[in-house]
Amino acid sequence: MAIVNLQNITYKYPLTETPALRNITLQVEEGEFVAVIGPNGAGKSTLCYTLAGFVPHFFKGELAGSVEVAGQESSQSTLHEWVLNVGLAFQNPFNQISGAKYTVFEEIAFGLENIGVPREEMKQRVTDAMKLTGISDLADRSPYSLSGGQQQRVALTSILVMQPKVLVLDEPTSQMDPIGTREVFGVIRTMTEKGMTVVLVEHKVEWIANFADRVIALYEGQILLDGKPGEVLTSDLLVEKGFGISRYTSVARKAMKLGLWKRESLPVTLEEAVEGFTR
Amino acid sequence: MKIEISNLQFSYPDGVQALRGISLIIETGEQVAIIGQNGAGKTTLVKHLNGLLQPTSGSVHIGEWDTRKHSVAKLARRVGYVFQNPDDQLFSKNVGTEVAFGPKNLGFNGDQVQALVKDALALTELSDKTETNPYDLSPTWRKMVALASIISMDTDIVIFDEPTTGQDAANIARIANVIKALRERGKTVITITHDIDFCAENFERVIAMAQGQILLDGRANDVLGQEEILATTYVDPPQLTRLGKRLGFKETVRNEEEFLAALRG
Repeated sequence: MAIVNLQNITYKYPLTETPALRNITLQVEEGEFVAVIGPNGAGKSTLCYTLAGFVPHFFKGELAGSVEVAGQESSQSTLHEWVLNVGLAFQNPFNQISGAKYTVFEEIAFGLENIGVPREEMKQRVTDAMKLTGISDLADRSPYSLSGGQQQRVALTSILVMQPKVLVLDEPTSQMDPIGTREVFGVIRTMTEKGMTVVLVEHKVEWIANFADRVIALYEGQILLDGKPGEVLTSDLLVEKGFGISRYTSVARKAMKLGLWKRESLPVTLEEAVEGFTR
Repeated sequence: MKIEISNLQFSYPDGVQALRGISLIIETGEQVAIIGQNGAGKTTLVKHLNGLLQPTSGSVHIGEWDTRKHSVAKLARRVGYVFQNPDDQLFSKNVGTEVAFGPKNLGFNGDQVQALVKDALALTELSDKTETNPYDLSPTWRKMVALASIISMDTDIVIFDEPTTGQDAANIARIANVIKALRERGKTVITITHDIDFCAENFERVIAMAQGQILLDGRANDVLGQEEILATTYVDPPQLTRLGKRLGFKETVRNEEEFLAALRG
């Protein structure tokens, strides 16, 4: 069953002429892991804001179409009801950290306090969420004393702890080294196995190919491609429109012209490339 | 302009020892990438080159200048520094004024400033945005403004701190073009980066740091092929380097050209 249902979404920010999203229709199944790719300005962050209810509740502008999550319509709900449907981790963690709390532990508890979760349950949920994302040792630090990569983990944890039905992540690993990236993708996979639905904006194509169920390519506010990672991420259209692609895909495409890649489909991951070049 | 770093040690006021004895020579016109995990000391090291930080012990020379004996303002004639986040360095009401600020402050005359600004804007593909307020531009174009405002100072040494973070493929290609143009002009370029594929495709020399020390320093192919040592500083080799290793290539490859050549045998 589709847990997310967008119908004909067109949205313009206040005082702008060109829509940031144009006629987006999209269903996401419960437990699905969907990755969204696109060049800067494609509408990726706007799509995240729309799913999370910031459009139209915080960003005004003109919104047409309907945003439905778990059978509820976003425009008919308030933002503080909507946080239980959709949780959003921002691209820049600095924009998300409340500024009202002295420690990472309190920061992560902030959302639960606001929805009135009992104290003991709150402590338990915060402790569990920090364990899951591997930041238990940061509990007593100030959120502002952390590195970019650590702040991104705190931002992710403070959304996970709310246990939303749909988790929306806007480039959650952009400031992380490969170890951090691997761990975050591991956490996301664990969440989807538990039935959480995930929409992830990400540039790291090889990671998407290894983890996501489905990839949506956005371009100039529209859905350009929507399908299996292996199909979308190797499409010629991506190169034409200036998307970032895997080096494996790119080099195999050149090798194909030289007769050195003999398969019909192109690789996205290291394993696919090794297999294709070996035989 | 030669850079000479001798047994550089640095501790932050809270006692954290960020650099533990770095010795390094970078010759005029070299293109150097510095890689390594978060907290390895990369940014601390480059902040010594323009005097933002002073050695706790050891020394840093930019040409014949000892950085302890010259102000940050004076070192700015020799070393330009592009911050990771453009919003940390932009403040003017339009792109032209922003890019002119640096050379004006270095004391270039009006005609020189105009020529430097024009050149820097052309190099960063901003010529049509001179009158625009930097904050009306998308983050990717703001990044290019940050680059232009340092390039216009025409320093012999240019430092980039994580230039590709948050940039899309088109802008990463633009940044690579800027670095290539600076190389052709004989500038020294030093870049801190997590983007290992970008590092592999654009730099001839690579320095890997870990825990305040230099772990590896050499030709890009030699350094990027050391998978096990790089793993200790949480760096994965570039995609094509990993693929080449898995396919059993004898030589380490780091870009498409080298990969295809090795594939042909």
